[in-house]
Amino acid sequence: MVEKETIKQIREKRAEWEKQLYSKAIQENPERKQKFKNLSDIEIKNLYTPEDIADLGYLKDVGFPGEEPFLRGVHPNLYRGRLWTMRQFAGFGSAEETNKRYHYLLEHGETGLSVAFDYPTLYGYDTDHPLARGEFGKCGVAISSLLDMELLFHRIPLDKITTSMTINGPAAIVWAMYIANAENQGISKEKIGGTIQNDILKEYIAQKSYIFPPEPSMRLIVDTFEYGFKNVPKWNTISISGYHIREAGSTAVQELAFTLGDGIEYVKAAMKRGLLIDDFAPRLSFFFNAHNDFFEEIAKYRAARKIWASEMKKLGAKKPRSLWMRFHTQTAGCSLTAQQPEMNIVRVTMQALAAILGGTQSLHTNSMDEALALPSEKAVRIALRTQQIIAEESGVTDTVDPLGGSYYIEWLTSKMEEKTYKYFDKVERLGGVIPAIEKGFFQREIAESAYRYQKETDENKRIIVGVNRYKLDEEPSIPILKMDEKGEERQIKRLKKLRKERDATKVQNHLQRLRKAAEGDENLMPFILDCIHSYATLGETCDVLREVFGEYKEQAIF
Amino acid sequence: MIKKIRVLVAKPGLDGHDRGAKIVARALRDAGMEVVYTGLHQTAQQIVNTAIQEDVDVVGLSLLSGAHMTLFIDVALLLKEKQMDDVLIIGGGIIPQQDVPGLKTAGIAEVFGPGTPVEDIVIYIKKNVKR
Amino acid sequence: MSELSVKVIAGDPRSIGRLITLVENDAPEAVEVMKQIHRYTGQAQIIGVTGVMGSGKSSLIFELALAFRAEGKKVGIIAIDPTSPFSGGALLGDRIRMMDLSTDSGVFIRSMGTRGMMGGLTSSLYDVVEILDAAGMNVIIIETVGVGQDEVDIVKIADTTLVVLIPGLGDSIQTIKAGLMEIADIFVVNKADKPGVEQTVAELESMLDLVGHTEYRTPIVATSVKQKKGIQLLTSKIAEHQEYLKKSKTFDTRRRQRYEAELIEIIRKRLMDFIFDEKKLKKTVDCCIDQISKKELDPYTAADEILGKILK
Repeated sequence: MVEKETIKQIREKRAEWEKQLYSKAIQENPERKQKFKNLSDIEIKNLYTPEDIADLGYLKDVGFPGEEPFLRGVHPNLYRGRLWTMRQFAGFGSAEETNKRYHYLLEHGETGLSVAFDYPTLYGYDTDHPLARGEFGKCGVAISSLLDMELLFHRIPLDKITTSMTINGPAAIVWAMYIANAENQGISKEKIGGTIQNDILKEYIAQKSYIFPPEPSMRLIVDTFEYGFKNVPKWNTISISGYHIREAGSTAVQELAFTLGDGIEYVKAAMKRGLLIDDFAPRLSFFFNAHNDFFEEIAKYRAARKIWASEMKKLGAKKPRSLWMRFHTQTAGCSLTAQQPEMNIVRVTMQALAAILGGTQSLHTNSMDEALALPSEKAVRIALRTQQIIAEESGVTDTVDPLGGSYYIEWLTSKMEEKTYKYFDKVERLGGVIPAIEKGFFQREIAESAYRYQKETDENKRIIVGVNRYKLDEEPSIPILKMDEKGEERQIKRLKKLRKERDATKVQNHLQRLRKAAEGDENLMPFILDCIHSYATLGETCDVLREVFGEYKEQAIF
Repeated sequence: MIKKIRVLVAKPGLDGHDRGAKIVARALRDAGMEVVYTGLHQTAQQIVNTAIQEDVDVVGLSLLSGAHMTLFIDVALLLKEKQMDDVLIIGGGIIPQQDVPGLKTAGIAEVFGPGTPVEDIVIYIKKNVKR
Repeated sequence: MSELSVKVIAGDPRSIGRLITLVENDAPEAVEVMKQIHRYTGQAQIIGVTGVMGSGKSSLIFELALAFRAEGKKVGIIAIDPTSPFSGGALLGDRIRMMDLSTDSGVFIRSMGTRGMMGGLTSSLYDVVEILDAAGMNVIIIETVGVGQDEVDIVKIADTTLVVLIPGLGDSIQTIKAGLMEIADIFVVNKADKPGVEQTVAELESMLDLVGHTEYRTPIVATSVKQKKGIQLLTSKIAEHQEYLKKSKTFDTRRRQRYEAELIEIIRKRLMDFIFDEKKLKKTVDCCIDQISKKELDPYTAADEILGKILK
C-alpha cells in the first residue's frame, strides 16, 4: 500500500531505530520475555510498519466492506445501520423455567434467542431414558417433545424474533419441533428465522455430541440444507463452528483452519447430492470463539471472511451472498476462572470487544459464574450490559472495520491466512476431512495444543490472573443458580401423560414411514415433521434413526 | 518388586467434554503411572467393573455437565458395595465449592476444580494412594 | 491352596485383577499362587492379534469377542500399549473400543503396559494368560502394540496368530517386516469398506504363492466392523485353524514351545533379578562393568566371573 522506494527508506530507518533508540531502551527496560508469542505460537515483533505489509495492495487485497475480498466485512455499513444481535445462550431445567429466563433476557434488551439443551436432549434421549439419569436440565433445557417446545416459546412471537438452537446429532428433529410449534401458532415456515448448529464434523473433532456415524449424519445435514432453502428461506440451516474446537484446546489458527475446512466439506457434500451452490450457500453461517489474545482474534475473523469468499468462488459460487461469511461469536468459556470470578467480567469485555472489532453479526457474552455453574440472573444481566455498554458508550460502532490498515492487524491477518492454507494442504494429503477425522488428525492437533497450554500455565510461562498469580487465600463466594428440584419429576410425569393421550397408532405409522425413508434416500425432513406433529418424542424418533444408521463410537486420542 | 500406580480416568454420564480428562491422563502417564481411560458415556456399572478388572489404585471422575452429585455418588456407592475400599476416588470438572462437602461425605476424597495445576493432582495421588 | 488361588479358579473378577497386578509387579506372594493354579490351565484357546497401527485391531477384537460370546464362550482380552521409556508410565486406551463389554460377566478385559526394557513380550504376559486360563476363559485374545519385537514374538504364546492389515497399503506390503508376514496363521484385511481390498488380498495371495503350499494355506479374511462383515467367516477360520493344529499334532508342539518360552522367561527374570540385586551380585556386576570400561577386563571374562558365582 506504500511505494516501493518508501518501503526501502522505511526499512533503513527501522534498522537505525532498532540499533539506536530501541537497543538503548531495552537496556533500561529489558524485554519481559525472551520471545513474545501469541496463543497460536506466532512470534510477535516489537513494532509493525508498512514494510510488514509491503505486498498488500489496498484495492486488491483489502478492499471495501460488502465486496470481495470481504476482508473488511460483508455489510457495507455494519453497525452504523444495525447493531450485532445480542443473543445470549440460555437454557436450564424444564421448558417453563427456561421460558422465564428468555422473557427476562428479552426484557433486558437482548435481540435474539439462543437455546441451550441438556445432555439427554443433545444425544436424542427423552428425560426418562436410563442414560439420562442425573442429567436432566443440568447444562441446558430438557426438550423431549413438541409439547416442551410449545412451553419453551410460550408468549414469544416467533415471527418477530430469531432463534438459534445449539443442537447437532438430533438437529433435524429439534428443528422440526420448532417449525411445527410455529405452524401450530399460525406462523408459516416462510416467516420464521433462526439457526440450527447442525455441524456434525466438529462433534467428531471436538464437542462429541454425535449420535450417528459420519455418512448418515452428512445425509441428514444435506437434507436440512435442501429442505431449508426450499421451505424455510430465512433459516440458517447450519452454524459451522470453531467455538468448540477452540474450547477443546486448539489454537486460533487451528480454529480457523479446521472450521473453514469443515465448511468446505459441507458445501462439497451438498453439491455432490446435486444441490446448486448458489441456492444453499447464502444460508450457511459460522460460529467462532473470542479468546484472550485481542488482536489475534480480530485478525482471525478478518482472515476467515477473506478465505471463505475465495474458497466459495473456487467451488463455483456466483451470487455475492454465497460468498458472505456471517458469524456468531461467543466469548471463550475455557478462559473463565473459578478463582475471583468477578474478574471474568473483565475478560469477557475484552473478548467481546475483539469480536465486535472483528465484525461479528451476533454475540454471546459469558457470565462471570460460568466456571462454577449456569448463569444466575444477575450474572447474565451483567454479561448483556457488557454488550450494551460497548454498543452505546464506546464509539467503536461508528465506523466499519476500524482496525483495517493497522500494520499489525493486516500483517497478522495475512499470517493467519497463510497458516490456514498450510493446514488445508495437510488435510488434503490425508485424503480430506472425513478421512482425517478417522485418522485422528484434528483430534491429535487439538490434544497437543491443549497439553501445551496446560504445561505453559503450570510452569507459569503463561499467567492467568487469580490462578497462578495474584491469587487470593480466601475466595469470596458468589450466588450460584439454583434450579427447581421438582423439574425432573414434572417432566417425567408430562412424558407419561403425553404418551398416554396421543394417538398411538398415528405415531407408530409415522415412525414406520420414517424408518423406510431413512433406509432409502428421500429427504427425511417431511417424515420427521409428521412424527413430531403427531407427538412422537425426541427419543422415539432418534431411536428409529439409531436403528437404521447405527451409532458412532470414537477412538481416544491424547 | 516394581509398583506402578494404576489410575482409571473415567467420564460418567453423557458429558462430552474430555479436554481436562485427557490432559490429566497424559500428565499422570508422564509421572510414571499406568492410566486406563474409559472414553465417554460410561455408566457407574461400567466404571466400577473396569476398576475391578484393571485393579486400579485410583478412580478419577471427570464431569462438566453439572450431574456430579448424582453420578459421582453413584460410582462411589457402587465401589463401596463391591468392597473396593482401598481405591482412592477423586473428581474434577465444573463443581461448585458448595457441592464438595457432599461429595466428600459420599467417599470422593478430593475434588480438583478448574485452574488446578496438574502437578497438584500427581502429588495428591502419590501421597494418598492407599496401597 | 491359598484363598486367592481358589477365588481365581472360581472366576472372581476382583481376585483375577489382584493376581494380575501381583504378577505384573513381581510380587513374591504371586509365585505360590501361580504354582497352584498351573494345573487348572490348558483349555483356553489363545489368539494373538497383531498388525499395523491404525488397522482397527481393538474394534475387530470387540466384534470377535461378541461373536465368541454368542457361542457361549467366556472371553479374556489382554490389551497392550507401550510403556513410556522416559517416565515409565503408560496410556492404556485400547479398551475404549470394548467398553460395551465391561458389564458382561463372561468377559474379562485387562490393559497392560509393555513395561519391558528390551521390547519383546512383557514377561508377565505368560502369567496373565495362565491366570485367565485358570479362571475359566475359553478364549484369550491378546492385542499387541503393533510396533516392535512383540509383534513377532506373539507366536511364542498364541495358538492362532492374526495379522491385521488395511487395504490400500499398495506395495508397502513389501515394506512390512518379513517376520510379520511369516507369523500369520490368518491374514485379516480389516476396514474392508475402504477401496483397495481386492488389490491387497491379491498381493497377499501372490506372496503366499511364493512361499509355497505346506499343509496349511494361510487364509485371508476381509472384515469390516463398520458394515459388520466378515466376522463370522473369521471365527470359522479361527476354528478351522484350531482343528488343523489338533489334527496335525502341531498343537502339542506349539504348546510345548510356549511353555519352553515361558520357562526361559521365568528363569531369565530370576537370574537377572539375582544378578542385579543390590544385596546379591549387583556390586560385583558394577565393579566388572567399571573394569570393562577401563579395558582392565573383557566382557566374556566378566561373564565367567559372574556366572561362576551363581553356579558355585
